[in-house]
Amino acid sequence: MKLYELAHCRAGDKGNTSILSLIAYRSEDYPLLLQKVTATAVQQHLAGIVSGSVRRYEVAGLAALQFVCEQALLTGVTTSLAMDTHGKALSSALLEMEIA
Amino acid sequence: MATPTLRIGAGAGFQGDRFEPAVVLAEQGNLDYLVLECLAERTIALAQKSKLGDPAMGYDAFLRRRLEPLLPLIKKRGVRLVTNMGAANPAAAGRIVIEIARQMRLAIKVAVVTGDDVLAQLSPDTRIIESGRPLRTYANVISANAYLGVEAMLPALASGADVVITGRVADPSLFLAPIVHHFGWRLDDWMRLGQGTVVGHLLECAGQITGGYFADPGKKDVPDLAHLGFPLAEVQVDGSAIIGKVAGTGGVVNFATVKEQLLYEVTDPAAYVTPDVVADFTQVRIEGVGTDRVRVSGGIGHARSETYKVSIGYQAGFRGEGEISYAGQNALARAELAGRVIDERLREDFPDLRLDYIGCNSVHGKSFAPHSVPYEVRLRAAALAATRAQAERIGEEVEALYTNGPAGGGAARKHLTEVIGIVSALLARSEADSKVTVLESDPHHETV
Repeated sequence: MKLYELAHCRAGDKGNTSILSLIAYRSEDYPLLLQKVTATAVQQHLAGIVSGSVRRYEVAGLAALQFVCEQALLTGVTTSLAMDTHGKALSSALLEMEIA
Repeated sequence: MATPTLRIGAGAGFQGDRFEPAVVLAEQGNLDYLVLECLAERTIALAQKSKLGDPAMGYDAFLRRRLEPLLPLIKKRGVRLVTNMGAANPAAAGRIVIEIARQMRLAIKVAVVTGDDVLAQLSPDTRIIESGRPLRTYANVISANAYLGVEAMLPALASGADVVITGRVADPSLFLAPIVHHFGWRLDDWMRLGQGTVVGHLLECAGQITGGYFADPGKKDVPDLAHLGFPLAEVQVDGSAIIGKVAGTGGVVNFATVKEQLLYEVTDPAAYVTPDVVADFTQVRIEGVGTDRVRVSGGIGHARSETYKVSIGYQAGFRGEGEISYAGQNALARAELAGRVIDERLREDFPDLRLDYIGCNSVHGKSFAPHSVPYEVRLRAAALAATRAQAERIGEEVEALYTNGPAGGGAARKHLTEVIGIVSALLARSEADSKVTVLESDPHHETV
Protein backbone atom coordinates (compact mmCIF):
# COMPACT_ATOMS: atom_id res chain seq x y z
CA MET A 1 0.00 0.00 0.00
CA LYS A 2 1.23 3.50 -0.80
CA LEU A 3 1.22 6.28 1.79
CA TYR A 4 -1.16 8.02 -0.59
CA GLU A 5 -3.95 5.75 0.68
CA LEU A 6 -3.57 6.84 4.31
CA ALA A 7 -2.32 10.39 4.36
CA HIS A 8 -2.12 13.70 2.58
CA CYS A 9 0.84 16.02 2.23
CA ARG A 10 1.74 19.60 1.35
CA ALA A 11 5.28 20.66 0.49
CA GLY A 12 6.81 24.00 1.40
CA ASP A 13 10.28 25.49 1.09
CA LYS A 14 12.70 27.68 2.99
CA GLY A 15 15.85 28.31 1.00
CA ASN A 16 17.31 24.94 0.14
CA THR A 17 15.17 23.12 2.72
CA SER A 18 12.02 21.27 1.77
CA ILE A 19 9.32 20.83 4.38
CA LEU A 20 6.83 18.00 3.93
CA SER A 21 3.80 17.50 6.12
CA LEU A 22 2.24 14.06 6.35
CA ILE A 23 -1.28 14.11 7.74
CA ALA A 24 -3.31 10.97 8.42
CA TYR A 25 -6.84 11.07 7.01
CA ARG A 26 -7.97 9.00 10.01
CA SER A 27 -6.34 9.52 13.39
CA GLU A 28 -6.35 5.74 13.99
CA ASP A 29 -3.74 5.42 11.21
CA TYR A 30 -1.36 7.82 12.94
CA PRO A 31 0.43 5.10 14.99
CA LEU A 32 1.21 3.23 11.75
CA LEU A 33 2.69 6.36 10.19
CA LEU A 34 4.68 6.92 13.37
CA GLN A 35 6.08 3.41 13.12
CA LYS A 36 6.73 3.12 9.39
CA VAL A 37 7.52 6.60 8.16
CA THR A 38 10.71 7.27 10.04
CA ALA A 39 13.21 9.97 9.11
CA THR A 40 15.51 7.23 7.79
CA ALA A 41 12.76 5.71 5.67
CA VAL A 42 11.98 9.09 4.13
CA GLN A 43 15.65 9.76 3.47
CA GLN A 44 15.95 6.43 1.63
CA HIS A 45 12.73 6.99 -0.29
CA LEU A 46 13.84 10.43 -1.47
CA ALA A 47 17.45 9.41 -2.13
CA GLY A 48 18.70 11.25 -5.21
CA ILE A 49 16.39 14.17 -4.48
CA VAL A 50 17.26 15.09 -0.89
CA SER A 51 20.98 15.00 -0.19
CA GLY A 52 21.02 16.44 3.34
CA SER A 53 19.57 15.25 6.60
CA VAL A 54 15.90 14.56 7.26
CA ARG A 55 14.41 15.55 10.64
CA ARG A 56 11.01 14.31 11.74
CA TYR A 57 8.65 16.16 14.08
CA GLU A 58 5.60 14.52 15.61
CA VAL A 59 2.41 16.54 16.00
CA ALA A 60 0.15 14.01 17.68
CA GLY A 61 -2.71 16.47 18.19
CA LEU A 62 -3.09 16.79 14.42
CA ALA A 63 -2.26 13.12 13.68
CA ALA A 64 0.55 14.50 11.59
CA LEU A 65 4.28 14.20 11.00
CA GLN A 66 6.50 16.94 9.66
CA PHE A 67 9.66 16.16 7.66
CA VAL A 68 12.30 18.84 7.30
CA CYS A 69 14.63 17.86 4.47
CA GLU A 70 17.93 19.73 4.15
CA GLN A 71 19.69 20.25 0.83
CA ALA A 72 16.78 19.07 -1.20
CA LEU A 73 19.09 19.78 -4.14
CA LEU A 74 16.64 19.61 -6.98
CA THR A 75 14.52 22.10 -5.12
CA GLY A 76 14.60 25.24 -3.10
CA VAL A 77 17.60 27.21 -4.19
CA THR A 78 16.61 30.30 -6.12
CA THR A 79 19.50 29.73 -8.48
CA SER A 80 18.56 26.11 -9.18
CA LEU A 81 18.24 24.78 -12.72
CA ALA A 82 15.59 22.28 -11.67
CA MET A 83 12.13 22.31 -13.20
CA ASP A 84 10.35 22.54 -9.86
CA THR A 85 12.65 25.01 -8.13
CA HIS A 86 10.45 25.17 -5.03
CA GLY A 87 10.01 21.42 -4.73
CA LYS A 88 6.25 21.90 -4.68
CA ALA A 89 5.63 18.48 -6.23
CA LEU A 90 7.68 16.64 -3.58
CA SER A 91 4.43 16.09 -1.70
CA SER A 92 3.46 13.59 -4.38
CA ALA A 93 6.89 11.93 -4.21
CA LEU A 94 6.52 11.31 -0.48
CA LEU A 95 3.06 9.79 -0.92
CA GLU A 96 4.56 7.28 -3.40
CA MET A 97 6.29 5.53 -0.49
CA GLU A 98 5.23 1.90 -0.07
CA ILE A 99 4.34 0.85 3.44
CA ALA A 100 3.51 -2.75 4.28
CA MET B 1 -14.25 49.88 23.00
CA ALA B 2 -12.93 46.79 21.27
CA THR B 3 -15.75 44.71 19.85
CA PRO B 4 -15.76 41.08 21.02
CA THR B 5 -15.02 39.60 17.60
CA LEU B 6 -12.58 40.91 15.02
CA ARG B 7 -13.12 39.87 11.41
CA ILE B 8 -10.03 39.69 9.19
CA GLY B 9 -10.03 38.55 5.58
CA ALA B 10 -7.07 37.43 3.45
CA GLY B 11 -7.51 38.92 -0.02
CA ALA B 12 -4.22 37.79 -1.59
CA GLY B 13 -1.63 35.20 -0.66
CA PHE B 14 1.08 35.90 -3.19
CA GLN B 15 2.11 38.52 -5.72
CA GLY B 16 0.26 36.96 -8.63
CA ASP B 17 -2.83 35.90 -6.72
CA ARG B 18 -6.33 36.20 -8.18
CA PHE B 19 -8.05 39.59 -7.90
CA GLU B 20 -11.74 38.81 -7.54
CA PRO B 21 -11.80 36.98 -4.17
CA ALA B 22 -10.64 40.12 -2.34
CA VAL B 23 -13.54 42.05 -3.86
CA VAL B 24 -15.98 39.37 -2.69
CA LEU B 25 -14.49 39.52 0.81
CA ALA B 26 -14.65 43.33 0.94
CA GLU B 27 -18.26 43.32 -0.28
CA GLN B 28 -19.70 40.40 1.64
CA GLY B 29 -17.27 39.49 4.41
CA ASN B 30 -18.53 42.03 6.95
CA LEU B 31 -14.84 42.60 7.61
CA ASP B 32 -12.94 44.86 9.97
CA TYR B 33 -9.67 44.29 8.11
CA LEU B 34 -8.70 43.05 4.66
CA VAL B 35 -5.07 41.95 4.33
CA LEU B 36 -3.29 41.53 0.98
CA GLU B 37 -0.03 39.57 1.21
CA CYS B 38 1.82 39.97 -2.09
CA LEU B 39 5.53 39.98 -1.44
CA ALA B 40 7.92 37.11 -2.09
CA GLU B 41 11.66 37.24 -1.45
CA ARG B 42 12.54 37.35 -5.13
CA THR B 43 9.80 39.93 -5.77
CA ILE B 44 11.30 42.50 -3.40
CA ALA B 45 14.77 42.09 -4.92
CA LEU B 46 13.38 42.66 -8.42
CA ALA B 47 11.38 45.62 -7.12
CA GLN B 48 14.55 47.08 -5.65
CA LYS B 49 16.19 46.79 -9.07
CA SER B 50 13.34 48.62 -10.71
CA LYS B 51 13.60 51.36 -8.03
CA LEU B 52 17.31 51.76 -8.84
CA GLY B 53 16.29 52.42 -12.45
CA ASP B 54 13.52 54.87 -11.46
CA PRO B 55 13.14 56.19 -7.88
CA ALA B 56 9.36 56.43 -8.35
CA MET B 57 9.08 52.68 -9.03
CA GLY B 58 9.76 49.61 -6.91
CA TYR B 59 6.26 49.03 -5.54
CA ASP B 60 4.06 46.09 -6.53
CA ALA B 61 3.20 46.14 -10.23
CA PHE B 62 -0.41 45.15 -9.45
CA LEU B 63 -0.97 47.94 -6.90
CA ARG B 64 -3.41 49.93 -9.02
CA ARG B 65 -5.17 46.87 -10.40
CA ARG B 66 -5.78 45.43 -6.92
CA LEU B 67 -6.67 48.66 -5.14
CA GLU B 68 -8.85 50.46 -7.69
CA PRO B 69 -11.83 48.13 -7.19
CA LEU B 70 -11.21 47.84 -3.45
CA LEU B 71 -10.82 51.46 -2.32
CA PRO B 72 -14.48 52.51 -2.80
CA LEU B 73 -15.63 49.27 -1.19
CA ILE B 74 -13.49 49.50 1.93
CA LYS B 75 -14.50 53.14 2.35
CA LYS B 76 -18.18 52.26 2.02
CA ARG B 77 -17.98 49.24 4.34
CA GLY B 78 -15.60 50.67 6.91
CA VAL B 79 -12.94 48.03 6.22
CA ARG B 80 -9.28 48.85 6.83
CA LEU B 81 -6.81 47.50 4.30
CA VAL B 82 -3.33 46.26 5.20
CA THR B 83 -0.83 45.26 2.51
CA ASN B 84 2.87 44.75 1.85
CA MET B 85 2.46 45.90 -1.75
CA GLY B 86 4.87 48.74 -0.95
CA ALA B 87 7.57 46.18 -1.80
CA ALA B 88 10.85 48.08 -2.24
CA ASN B 89 9.17 51.50 -2.23
CA PRO B 90 6.29 51.82 0.27
CA ALA B 91 6.45 55.63 0.14
CA ALA B 92 5.83 55.66 -3.62
CA ALA B 93 3.06 53.09 -3.19
CA GLY B 94 1.42 55.34 -0.59
CA ARG B 95 1.47 58.24 -3.05
CA ILE B 96 -0.11 56.06 -5.74
CA VAL B 97 -2.94 55.07 -3.38
CA ILE B 98 -3.54 58.76 -2.63
CA GLU B 99 -3.57 59.47 -6.37
CA ILE B 100 -6.17 56.75 -6.95
CA ALA B 101 -8.28 58.07 -4.07
CA ARG B 102 -8.19 61.60 -5.46
CA GLN B 103 -9.23 60.38 -8.92
CA MET B 104 -12.16 58.61 -7.27
CA ARG B 105 -12.89 61.57 -4.99
CA LEU B 106 -12.50 59.43 -1.91
CA ALA B 107 -11.22 60.74 1.43
CA ILE B 108 -8.56 58.15 2.20
CA LYS B 109 -5.86 58.20 4.82
CA VAL B 110 -2.78 56.07 4.11
CA ALA B 111 -0.10 55.10 6.62
CA VAL B 112 3.23 54.02 5.16
CA VAL B 113 5.59 51.81 7.17
CA THR B 114 9.27 52.06 6.21
CA GLY B 115 12.53 50.90 7.73
CA ASP B 116 12.72 47.34 6.43
CA ASP B 117 15.37 48.35 3.87
CA VAL B 118 18.54 47.73 5.88
CA LEU B 119 21.08 47.45 3.08
CA ALA B 120 22.94 50.51 4.39
CA GLN B 121 23.03 49.16 7.96
CA LEU B 122 24.53 45.77 7.10
CA SER B 123 28.24 45.47 7.77
CA PRO B 124 30.30 43.77 5.02
CA ASP B 125 31.27 41.27 7.73
CA THR B 126 27.67 40.20 8.31
CA ARG B 127 27.56 36.40 8.34
CA ILE B 128 25.33 34.78 5.72
CA ILE B 129 23.35 31.97 7.34
CA GLU B 130 23.21 29.58 4.37
CA SER B 131 26.92 29.63 3.51
CA GLY B 132 28.62 30.88 6.67
CA ARG B 133 30.49 33.36 4.48
CA PRO B 134 30.62 37.12 5.09
CA LEU B 135 28.33 39.35 3.05
CA ARG B 136 31.29 40.98 1.26
CA THR B 137 31.96 37.72 -0.62
CA TYR B 138 28.65 38.17 -2.46
CA ALA B 139 28.97 40.31 -5.58
CA ASN B 140 26.05 42.30 -6.98
CA VAL B 141 23.91 42.50 -3.83
CA ILE B 142 20.74 44.40 -4.74
CA SER B 143 18.58 44.35 -1.65
CA ALA B 144 18.53 43.61 2.07
CA ASN B 145 15.20 43.75 3.83
CA ALA B 146 14.49 43.00 7.48
CA TYR B 147 11.29 41.14 8.29
CA LEU B 148 9.60 43.77 10.46
CA GLY B 149 6.79 42.78 12.79
CA VAL B 150 3.78 44.02 14.71
CA GLU B 151 5.76 46.63 16.62
CA ALA B 152 6.61 48.53 13.43
CA MET B 153 3.00 48.43 12.24
CA LEU B 154 1.18 49.51 15.41
CA PRO B 155 1.75 53.27 14.97
CA ALA B 156 0.32 52.98 11.44
CA LEU B 157 -2.82 51.32 12.79
CA ALA B 158 -3.04 53.83 15.66
CA SER B 159 -3.06 56.67 13.10
CA GLY B 160 -6.55 55.60 12.06
CA ALA B 161 -5.44 55.11 8.46
CA ASP B 162 -7.81 53.41 6.02
CA VAL B 163 -4.87 51.80 4.23
CA VAL B 164 -1.61 50.60 5.78
CA ILE B 165 1.21 50.01 3.29
CA THR B 166 4.41 48.22 4.21
CA GLY B 167 7.46 46.76 2.57
CA ARG B 168 8.97 43.60 4.03
CA VAL B 169 6.98 42.50 7.08
CA ALA B 170 6.74 38.88 8.25
CA ASP B 171 3.61 37.47 6.63
CA PRO B 172 1.80 36.43 9.85
CA SER B 173 2.56 39.85 11.37
CA LEU B 174 0.41 41.53 8.69
CA PHE B 175 -2.55 39.78 10.33
CA LEU B 176 -1.33 39.80 13.93
CA ALA B 177 -0.85 43.58 13.96
CA PRO B 178 -4.57 44.39 13.55
CA ILE B 179 -5.40 41.76 16.19
CA VAL B 180 -2.92 43.24 18.69
CA HIS B 181 -4.10 46.76 17.87
CA HIS B 182 -7.77 45.89 18.19
CA PHE B 183 -7.61 43.97 21.45
CA GLY B 184 -4.81 46.01 22.98
CA TRP B 185 -2.58 43.03 23.66
CA ARG B 186 0.81 43.65 25.21
CA LEU B 187 3.85 42.99 23.03
CA ASP B 188 5.19 40.58 25.65
CA ASP B 189 1.97 38.60 26.00
CA TRP B 190 3.71 35.62 24.40
CA MET B 191 0.82 33.19 24.85
CA ARG B 192 -1.67 35.36 22.99
CA LEU B 193 0.89 36.42 20.39
CA GLY B 194 1.56 32.72 19.81
CA GLN B 195 -2.10 31.96 19.17
CA GLY B 196 -2.51 35.15 17.10
CA THR B 197 0.44 34.02 15.00
CA VAL B 198 -1.36 30.71 14.38
CA VAL B 199 -4.25 32.73 12.95
CA GLY B 200 -1.92 34.89 10.85
CA HIS B 201 -0.07 31.86 9.54
CA LEU B 202 -3.33 30.14 8.61
CA LEU B 203 -4.48 33.19 6.64
CA GLU B 204 -1.24 34.31 4.99
CA CYS B 205 -1.56 32.11 1.90
CA ALA B 206 -5.20 33.09 1.38
CA GLY B 207 -6.87 30.35 -0.73
CA GLN B 208 -4.49 27.65 0.50
CA ILE B 209 -6.75 27.15 3.53
CA THR B 210 -10.06 27.27 1.66
CA GLY B 211 -9.30 24.43 -0.72
CA GLY B 212 -6.69 25.96 -3.01
CA TYR B 213 -3.63 23.79 -3.60
CA PHE B 214 -5.55 20.92 -2.00
CA ALA B 215 -7.79 19.18 -4.52
CA ASP B 216 -7.00 15.62 -5.64
CA PRO B 217 -10.02 14.27 -7.55
CA GLY B 218 -11.64 11.30 -5.86
CA LYS B 219 -9.41 11.62 -2.84
CA LYS B 220 -9.66 15.22 -1.67
CA ASP B 221 -12.49 16.82 -3.59
CA VAL B 222 -13.07 20.56 -3.52
CA PRO B 223 -16.45 21.92 -4.63
CA ASP B 224 -16.47 24.72 -7.20
CA LEU B 225 -12.71 25.24 -7.21
CA ALA B 226 -13.12 27.66 -10.12
CA HIS B 227 -14.82 30.16 -7.80
CA LEU B 228 -12.52 29.56 -4.83
CA GLY B 229 -13.37 31.92 -1.98
CA PHE B 230 -10.63 33.34 0.23
CA PRO B 231 -10.63 32.92 4.01
CA LEU B 232 -11.72 35.14 6.84
CA ALA B 233 -11.08 34.68 10.53
CA GLU B 234 -13.43 35.67 13.34
CA VAL B 235 -10.94 36.33 16.10
CA GLN B 236 -11.80 36.39 19.81
CA VAL B 237 -10.01 38.40 22.51
CA ASP B 238 -8.02 35.30 23.55
CA GLY B 239 -6.77 34.89 19.97
CA SER B 240 -8.84 31.80 19.20
CA ALA B 241 -10.57 32.10 15.87
CA ILE B 242 -13.07 30.55 13.55
CA ILE B 243 -11.70 30.17 10.03
CA GLY B 244 -14.39 30.40 7.38
CA LYS B 245 -15.24 31.94 4.04
CA VAL B 246 -18.02 33.92 2.40
CA ALA B 247 -21.12 31.79 1.87
CA GLY B 248 -21.70 30.85 -1.76
CA THR B 249 -18.04 30.98 -2.78
CA GLY B 250 -16.26 27.84 -3.95
CA GLY B 251 -13.81 25.81 -1.94
CA VAL B 252 -13.89 24.10 1.42
CA VAL B 253 -12.65 24.73 4.95
CA ASN B 254 -12.23 21.52 6.93
CA PHE B 255 -9.80 19.79 9.28
CA ALA B 256 -7.62 18.65 6.39
CA THR B 257 -7.27 22.08 4.77
CA VAL B 258 -6.54 23.69 8.13
CA LYS B 259 -3.92 21.07 9.05
CA GLU B 260 -2.13 21.35 5.70
CA GLN B 261 -1.88 25.09 6.03
CA LEU B 262 -0.95 25.04 9.73
CA LEU B 263 2.12 22.91 8.96
CA TYR B 264 2.96 24.65 5.68
CA GLU B 265 6.62 25.78 5.55
CA VAL B 266 7.06 25.27 9.31
CA THR B 267 10.60 24.05 10.04
CA ASP B 268 9.87 23.33 13.71
CA PRO B 269 6.24 23.05 14.82
CA ALA B 270 7.29 23.86 18.40
CA ALA B 271 9.29 26.95 17.43
CA TYR B 272 7.89 29.03 14.59
CA VAL B 273 10.02 32.15 14.68
CA THR B 274 8.55 35.52 13.72
CA PRO B 275 9.66 39.04 14.68
CA ASP B 276 6.88 39.04 17.29
CA VAL B 277 7.13 35.73 19.11
CA VAL B 278 8.43 32.18 18.93
CA ALA B 279 5.13 30.38 18.40
CA ASP B 280 4.43 26.77 19.35
CA PHE B 281 1.86 25.03 17.12
CA THR B 282 2.07 21.60 18.74
CA GLN B 283 -0.88 22.09 21.12
CA VAL B 284 -3.22 23.62 18.54
CA ARG B 285 -6.79 22.28 18.72
CA ILE B 286 -9.19 22.29 15.81
CA GLU B 287 -12.95 21.80 16.06
CA GLY B 288 -15.63 21.86 13.41
CA VAL B 289 -18.32 24.40 14.25
CA GLY B 290 -20.42 24.28 11.09
CA THR B 291 -20.13 23.99 7.32
CA ASP B 292 -16.81 25.47 6.20
CA ARG B 293 -16.16 26.76 9.72
CA VAL B 294 -13.27 25.45 11.82
CA ARG B 295 -12.38 26.79 15.25
CA VAL B 296 -8.65 27.00 16.00
CA SER B 297 -7.21 27.51 19.47
CA GLY B 298 -4.38 26.37 21.71
CA GLY B 299 -1.40 28.05 20.02
CA ILE B 300 1.14 29.24 22.55
CA GLY B 301 4.35 31.23 22.41
CA HIS B 302 7.68 32.16 23.93
CA ALA B 303 9.72 35.36 24.07
CA ARG B 304 10.67 36.82 20.69
CA SER B 305 14.16 36.89 19.26
CA GLU B 306 16.16 40.08 19.68
CA THR B 307 17.26 39.88 16.05
CA TYR B 308 15.44 40.45 12.80
CA LYS B 309 15.82 38.02 9.95
CA VAL B 310 17.10 39.82 6.87
CA SER B 311 16.50 38.60 3.34
CA ILE B 312 19.31 39.54 0.94
CA GLY B 313 18.92 39.46 -2.83
CA TYR B 314 21.82 39.37 -5.28
CA GLN B 315 22.05 39.19 -9.04
CA ALA B 316 22.94 35.69 -10.13
CA GLY B 317 22.91 36.04 -13.89
CA PHE B 318 20.38 34.58 -16.29
CA ARG B 319 18.78 31.20 -16.83
CA GLY B 320 18.22 30.12 -20.40
CA GLU B 321 15.78 27.29 -21.12
CA GLY B 322 14.49 25.49 -24.18
CA GLU B 323 11.93 22.70 -24.62
CA ILE B 324 10.82 20.47 -27.49
CA SER B 325 8.40 17.52 -27.64
CA TYR B 326 8.58 14.06 -29.24
CA ALA B 327 5.60 11.68 -29.47
CA GLY B 328 4.56 8.21 -30.55
CA GLN B 329 6.73 5.14 -31.18
CA ASN B 330 10.32 5.54 -29.96
CA ALA B 331 9.55 9.01 -28.54
CA LEU B 332 11.92 8.62 -25.60
CA ALA B 333 14.80 7.44 -27.81
CA ARG B 334 14.38 10.43 -30.11
CA ALA B 335 14.18 12.83 -27.16
CA GLU B 336 17.34 11.29 -25.71
CA LEU B 337 19.13 11.62 -29.05
CA ALA B 338 18.11 15.28 -29.09
CA GLY B 339 19.51 15.59 -25.56
CA ARG B 340 22.86 14.11 -26.61
CA VAL B 341 23.02 16.49 -29.57
CA ILE B 342 22.30 19.51 -27.35
CA ASP B 343 24.91 18.26 -24.90
CA GLU B 344 27.56 18.09 -27.62
CA ARG B 345 26.64 21.52 -28.94
CA LEU B 346 26.53 23.33 -25.57
CA ARG B 347 28.36 21.45 -22.81
CA GLU B 348 31.75 23.03 -23.44
CA ASP B 349 30.40 26.55 -22.87
CA PHE B 350 27.86 25.56 -20.21
CA PRO B 351 29.41 22.94 -17.90
CA ASP B 352 26.34 22.95 -15.62
CA LEU B 353 23.91 22.32 -18.51
CA ARG B 354 20.91 20.36 -17.25
CA LEU B 355 18.79 18.06 -19.41
CA ASP B 356 15.39 16.79 -18.32
CA TYR B 357 12.90 14.50 -20.02
CA ILE B 358 9.51 15.88 -19.10
CA GLY B 359 7.04 13.07 -18.63
CA CYS B 360 9.81 10.77 -17.34
CA ASN B 361 12.15 12.29 -14.78
CA SER B 362 12.02 16.07 -14.89
CA VAL B 363 10.35 16.81 -11.57
CA HIS B 364 11.92 14.29 -9.21
CA GLY B 365 15.04 13.26 -11.13
CA LYS B 366 13.87 9.69 -10.97
CA SER B 367 10.61 8.01 -11.62
CA PHE B 368 8.65 6.14 -9.00
CA ALA B 369 7.10 4.18 -11.89
CA PRO B 370 10.26 3.25 -13.84
CA HIS B 371 8.71 0.74 -16.25
CA SER B 372 6.01 2.91 -17.72
CA VAL B 373 6.53 4.02 -21.32
CA PRO B 374 5.18 7.50 -21.98
CA TYR B 375 3.45 8.27 -25.28
CA GLU B 376 5.10 11.68 -25.40
CA VAL B 377 8.32 13.10 -23.98
CA ARG B 378 9.49 16.68 -23.82
CA LEU B 379 13.19 17.48 -23.73
CA ARG B 380 14.15 20.44 -21.58
CA ALA B 381 17.58 22.04 -21.53
CA ALA B 382 18.58 24.67 -18.97
CA ALA B 383 21.75 26.50 -17.97
CA LEU B 384 22.88 29.59 -16.13
CA ALA B 385 24.97 32.29 -17.77
CA ALA B 386 26.42 35.63 -16.78
CA THR B 387 24.75 37.57 -19.57
CA ARG B 388 21.38 37.58 -21.24
CA ALA B 389 22.93 36.93 -24.66
CA GLN B 390 24.82 33.85 -23.45
CA ALA B 391 21.74 32.44 -21.72
CA GLU B 392 19.69 32.89 -24.91
CA ARG B 393 21.92 30.34 -26.66
CA ILE B 394 20.20 27.51 -24.75
CA GLY B 395 16.79 28.21 -26.23
CA GLU B 396 18.30 28.94 -29.64
CA GLU B 397 19.97 25.54 -29.84
CA VAL B 398 16.80 23.74 -28.74
CA GLU B 399 14.73 25.59 -31.31
CA ALA B 400 17.32 24.70 -33.97
CA LEU B 401 16.54 21.01 -33.34
CA TYR B 402 13.64 21.55 -35.74
CA THR B 403 15.93 21.22 -38.74
CA ASN B 404 19.09 20.01 -37.03
CA GLY B 405 17.79 17.28 -34.71
CA PRO B 406 15.90 13.95 -34.64
CA ALA B 407 12.64 13.30 -36.50
CA GLY B 408 9.32 14.63 -35.37
CA GLY B 409 10.29 17.29 -32.85
CA GLY B 410 7.50 19.79 -32.21
CA ALA B 411 6.26 22.60 -30.00
CA ALA B 412 9.70 24.10 -29.31
CA ARG B 413 9.69 26.96 -26.79
CA LYS B 414 12.47 29.09 -25.38
CA HIS B 415 12.54 31.04 -22.19
CA LEU B 416 14.86 33.44 -20.38
CA THR B 417 14.73 34.37 -16.67
CA GLU B 418 16.73 36.88 -14.68
CA VAL B 419 18.03 34.94 -11.69
CA ILE B 420 17.98 36.48 -8.24
CA GLY B 421 19.81 34.63 -5.49
CA ILE B 422 18.35 34.91 -2.00
CA VAL B 423 20.29 34.41 1.22
CA SER B 424 19.64 35.53 4.77
CA ALA B 425 21.31 37.02 7.82
CA LEU B 426 20.38 38.30 11.27
CA LEU B 427 20.37 41.93 12.41
CA ALA B 428 19.94 43.31 15.94
CA ARG B 429 16.48 44.82 16.29
CA SER B 430 18.01 48.12 17.40
CA GLU B 431 19.75 48.42 14.00
CA ALA B 432 16.48 48.70 12.06
CA ASP B 433 14.55 51.93 12.59
CA SER B 434 10.99 51.70 11.43
CA LYS B 435 8.99 54.82 10.67
CA VAL B 436 5.37 55.60 9.85
CA THR B 437 4.32 58.40 7.47
CA VAL B 438 0.67 59.38 7.12
CA LEU B 439 -0.76 60.75 3.84
CA GLU B 440 -4.29 61.97 3.12
CA SER B 441 -6.09 62.32 -0.16
CA ASP B 442 -7.59 65.61 0.99
CA PRO B 443 -4.61 67.90 0.20
CA HIS B 444 -5.45 70.31 3.02
CA HIS B 445 -4.94 67.66 5.65
CA GLU B 446 -1.67 66.07 4.62
CA THR B 447 0.56 65.28 7.57
CA VAL B 448 4.04 63.78 7.54
